[in-house]
Amino acid sequence: MTAQLLLVAPLLAPLLGAALTALLWRRPAVQRPISLAATVLLLGAAVGLLAHTASHGTLVGAMGAWPAPFGIVLVVDVFSAIMLVITGVMAVAVALYAMGPGAAERDRAGFHPLFQGLLLGVAGAFATGDLFNLYVWFEVMLIASFGLLVLDRTREQIDGGLRYVLLNLVGTTFFLLAVGLLLGLTGTLNMADLARLAPDVDNQGALAAAAMLLLVAFGAKAAVFPLFNWLPAAYHTASMPVAAIFAALLTKVGVYAIIRVFTLIFAHDAAFFGPILAVVAMATMVTGVFGAAAHYDVRRILSFHIISQIGYMLVGVALMTPLAIAGSILYVIHHIVVKANLFLIAGAIRQAGGSFALARLGGLWVTRPLLGLLFLVPALSLAGMPPLSGFWGKLAVVRASLEAQSWVLAAVALAVGVLTLFSMIKIWNEAFWKAAPAGPPPAPPTRSQRLATFTPIVALAAITVTIGLWTEPFLALSFQAADGLLDRQAYIAAVLGPEAAR
Amino acid sequence: MEILFAIAIGTVVTASVYLFLSRDLLRGLLGFILFGTAVNLAILLAGRVGPMRPPLVDAAVLGAGAANPLPQALILTAIVIGFGLTAFALILTLTAHREFGTTSVEELAEAETPKVPANTAAAATRREAA
Repeated sequence: MTAQLLLVAPLLAPLLGAALTALLWRRPAVQRPISLAATVLLLGAAVGLLAHTASHGTLVGAMGAWPAPFGIVLVVDVFSAIMLVITGVMAVAVALYAMGPGAAERDRAGFHPLFQGLLLGVAGAFATGDLFNLYVWFEVMLIASFGLLVLDRTREQIDGGLRYVLLNLVGTTFFLLAVGLLLGLTGTLNMADLARLAPDVDNQGALAAAAMLLLVAFGAKAAVFPLFNWLPAAYHTASMPVAAIFAALLTKVGVYAIIRVFTLIFAHDAAFFGPILAVVAMATMVTGVFGAAAHYDVRRILSFHIISQIGYMLVGVALMTPLAIAGSILYVIHHIVVKANLFLIAGAIRQAGGSFALARLGGLWVTRPLLGLLFLVPALSLAGMPPLSGFWGKLAVVRASLEAQSWVLAAVALAVGVLTLFSMIKIWNEAFWKAAPAGPPPAPPTRSQRLATFTPIVALAAITVTIGLWTEPFLALSFQAADGLLDRQAYIAAVLGPEAAR
Repeated sequence: MEILFAIAIGTVVTASVYLFLSRDLLRGLLGFILFGTAVNLAILLAGRVGPMRPPLVDAAVLGAGAANPLPQALILTAIVIGFGLTAFALILTLTAHREFGTTSVEELAEAETPKVPANTAAAATRREAA
């Protein structure tokens, strides 16, 4: 009973948060602590779930006591639990950061209800074991993200928002089409049941077509090559807390869905999908990093790096070895923390230097040395410098590519790491190192605003350093999650009962 | 019957793709609505047209011609979600039209305020429009 309660708690916390903050629409001062409390509750529940799944195995809950595959099930295995924990960490960090400068306008526009709605959709997507239910969670997440993206209603935001909205609408409609095809082929939408039936489907060609449609739908969400155009067009327009939570979670839900579907449902055809995913992964890494090299706005550079890093996360599912998948999972953990932190720091750079454009920035190393140090931690980690967290993620991914004799994949991963370092040094040189431009500095934020800004940045930087210096437990957890993903029969047995597995 | 359905779905998708290619937001949105309709028809077809015994219901309770309600339930959910998303996208288009006087994707992008340095911002805008 307690375990079942634990299973729905990551959904209940943001749902409650969204409901309460929406009820208190006119009282932003009350919304903030409620929002923060809901995120803390989400984090606590997720940590409890991770502890439970790591020691007791996959947790399954049949909603409304309808047995699988007829009812909708929530299934949380170690991989899902890891994703939920990292969602909780990001939620707390961004809820704190959102109390910094600009909070009053954001809160009046309805930041907190939308933020909680977004978390609800993300947590639901990580926890569900039903493909159609996953579609519904995607839509919950989408509609909340639409609202968050155009929060300030500037021209830039509405322009970027429209692109984001239209492309995502088409993407999810592809998802729906794939769901329809899979229903027609197998007669079920329960993911474990799909995994059980998929190898025996007569028309494997149609199954592969449905898989490719899913890849397009999730790929558009994850911003992989060639479906990434909406991301740099939209992310740089959002306000910084919104951009940080988007960067941390939205694309990663797409990555999660790709990993989940291709390791569970279509794993029997991995020889066909592996090379496709490998090419997509490489093209994503390369286009992202080159896009970043061409830009001179902190937010745009960071947006392109999201795309580039998504490529690394797909290596695992392209190679389908335990090491590769564990490396990808470790990479996802590291990337979410680092990327969100870089966006938070970009917001702090804006507060300190008055702009996001590198040409207008400068001299911050003199005026804000602490910010410079805090920037270096995630920036060097993103580029994969030891001993920070990115190094271990990259090491695992590259080593897995070498073991699988995918020399090109390993070479591309290493080269992209160097180019990432180039982009990060560019930001460092321009914003922190070169002489400060003429003009009065912007007014310093108040003490409480500074506290709200820097507490999450310092905490996330500490997590990055912790993963870097004390990698063993994180890697062990990643391996446990990878083994869980590769052992499909255990998943099927957990959801449908031991007699369904073979 | 299946063939007829397939042709109808194909026709609707063709029309929606044509509308997607337009530079006007409103047409693009109409294209999305048509595309959603085509996908809903595809789900109906995937669940088999004609009578089929639904899960969990005793066959004796149902008449001989009963259809499987599962695809219909899925389509109903999809219609409701699609309605919500379309409404939001329409409001956004309306806002763009009211505040900037245009619903053309190109004009919206071109009118973005230039950022420093001017030449890179213009290049970025051009690239985005392309």
